[in-house]
Amino acid sequence: MSIEVSNLTKIFNGFTAVDDVNFQIETGELVALLGPSGSGKSTLLRMIAGLEIPDNGTIHLTGKETTSASPRDRNVGFVFQHYALFKHMTIYDNIAFGLKVRKAPKHEIAPRVSELLELVQLRGLEKRYPSQISGGQRQRVAVARALAARPNILLLDEPFGALDAKVREELRKWILQLHEQTQVTTLFVTHDQHEALEIAHKVFVMNKGKIEQEGTPAEIFDHPATPFVAEFVGENNFVEAEVVEPHTVRWGQFTFRVNGYPTGQKIRIYFRPNDVYVSSAPESGSVNARISKTRFKGALIELHLVIETDKQIIAHVPKGVAHSSGFTEGAEVFVQITEYHAFRNSEHTIDESLVTI
Amino acid sequence: MKRIKDIIKNIRAQKSVETKSPKLTEPFFVRWLVIGISILFIGVFVCAPLFLVFVKAFEKGAAAYYAAISDEASFSAIKLTLITAVIAVPCNMIFGLAASWLIAKFHFRGKNILTTLIDLPFTVSPVVSGMIFVMLFGLQGWFGSWLYANDIKIIYAVPGIVLATIFVTLPFVARELIPIMQINGTEEEQAALVLGAGGWKTFFHVTFPNIKWALIYGVILCNARAMGEFGAVSVVSGHIRGLTNTIPLHAEILYNEYQMNAAFAVASSLTLLAVITLALKKFAEIKIKQELAESNYISVGENI
Repeated sequence: MSIEVSNLTKIFNGFTAVDDVNFQIETGELVALLGPSGSGKSTLLRMIAGLEIPDNGTIHLTGKETTSASPRDRNVGFVFQHYALFKHMTIYDNIAFGLKVRKAPKHEIAPRVSELLELVQLRGLEKRYPSQISGGQRQRVAVARALAARPNILLLDEPFGALDAKVREELRKWILQLHEQTQVTTLFVTHDQHEALEIAHKVFVMNKGKIEQEGTPAEIFDHPATPFVAEFVGENNFVEAEVVEPHTVRWGQFTFRVNGYPTGQKIRIYFRPNDVYVSSAPESGSVNARISKTRFKGALIELHLVIETDKQIIAHVPKGVAHSSGFTEGAEVFVQITEYHAFRNSEHTIDESLVTI
Repeated sequence: MKRIKDIIKNIRAQKSVETKSPKLTEPFFVRWLVIGISILFIGVFVCAPLFLVFVKAFEKGAAAYYAAISDEASFSAIKLTLITAVIAVPCNMIFGLAASWLIAKFHFRGKNILTTLIDLPFTVSPVVSGMIFVMLFGLQGWFGSWLYANDIKIIYAVPGIVLATIFVTLPFVARELIPIMQINGTEEEQAALVLGAGGWKTFFHVTFPNIKWALIYGVILCNARAMGEFGAVSVVSGHIRGLTNTIPLHAEILYNEYQMNAAFAVASSLTLLAVITLALKKFAEIKIKQELAESNYISVGENI
């Protein structure tokens, strides 16, 4: 077990940033902490690094109790969102800093630095200063610097947050590749679900200081455990309805099978735009709809569907299908909802103001 | 004549196209009026006095100037001024570093009070600053009888002058460093900490290089004031010729004794110091600007 966190709590001036969090991360895993800003994910990461001291709970790193140990003694690498490179040092000195202050033998420093420059693909830039290289390169230097002293754990705080979309895309692939090479246990914080789902082996979804769900990207995406996860991860339609007869919810002509809710319970049904099956001919169980608007979404076309004049849902269909089936504005179509998730309506959902996509 | 006017018109038209729309600038006479007032004001109130100090100092020739400067009393005044600065400036440098480090990098109760107190010596009249020390260490002061019993002299002696100077010049270094340290934030220090560096290493390798020029700037200003301070020092000095006179006090004494040329000769050494200070200050300012531009480039980066 590489990182073990139990009952971790942090309170800032009466605001509970991290609320009784428990999790375990295996050695060599690549884990994403996903959540909106203010959900406590950075605070959690900083407590693991020792940059914040928890008010309650314990942290074990590679089997050792480190709850209140100095950051120096935890042997973790930390990558800051804004790089925090030493601006007065060359790239070489930045990477060598951790080795020098830990008094590594002189003859080991130079080979290690050049090995890292190789690893982060920045050979030839060692004499430059941080202000002379690009944002993406700076973040690579930050990662190299964090890895220099061979930490057991690599922590990254919104590592690509300050970069433009294209560079972010590249760095995502690069981080995956780097992890395959180094196999160091990695925990990174992000508010970008694509980043989390694409890179991580495992995702912890955080909201209001708590972990709402942990699982593989597929589990998180396909089987959201809470309304928050359903709303925060991926796009979703949701409708509110009441359980009218045992195991059955009706919303207009749609019927949803739900288990475990008493009759009369108000519930929310979530379904993804790509789980709305649209066809030009009626099929068994399909419902009439009219396309009120279409939107370009790259490889997909987004259809705004009006059902029974007062109900609206959104569907995503591949561009080719939309063209061949004649899904244009005003067309009459037939709709089925193939997959959905039901939650009790009272369960707290996402705080609209915190959504950052 | 008409041709020249046309050419000027053309040039002006071109310039306004190149730089600013005519709507964004003032009419010709307004611009010259404002510039004229500024030049006149600076000329009358700054350049002329500066020039006159040196004219007056050298009125009777270089030999007289040298004699005035190398006179025993003048020499001891210069020596005392240097001693005072050599003690006061490092003291305030260390205090400024510690206080600004504390204020910029940590959160604690009473931080605002400390920040405000640092400015106190700026807001209080120097005469009051001097009197504070007389009240503390003078014969009638709180520690006066004890000091007298133990034969320790502070007021009307060198220690009093040094203390008053330290008090008056206390804000200079801290005030320059606090904003720079606040802009730099604490991320680099945190990075150093996680990488395994201790407090001293972090300070010398990470924090200090980032504030170097601001520190130099503060020290230059501090030094100029330490050498030039008149009010506070005048109260605690006692004006004992050859013993407790600094350069400004000595200049005043000479002036009161109608030794105009000698007074101005001594004054010219302070003026020269001011000019050098100004040049160094400008240089440090340029350096600080460069560093800030660099740090902004890094922290803002390529924001989306």
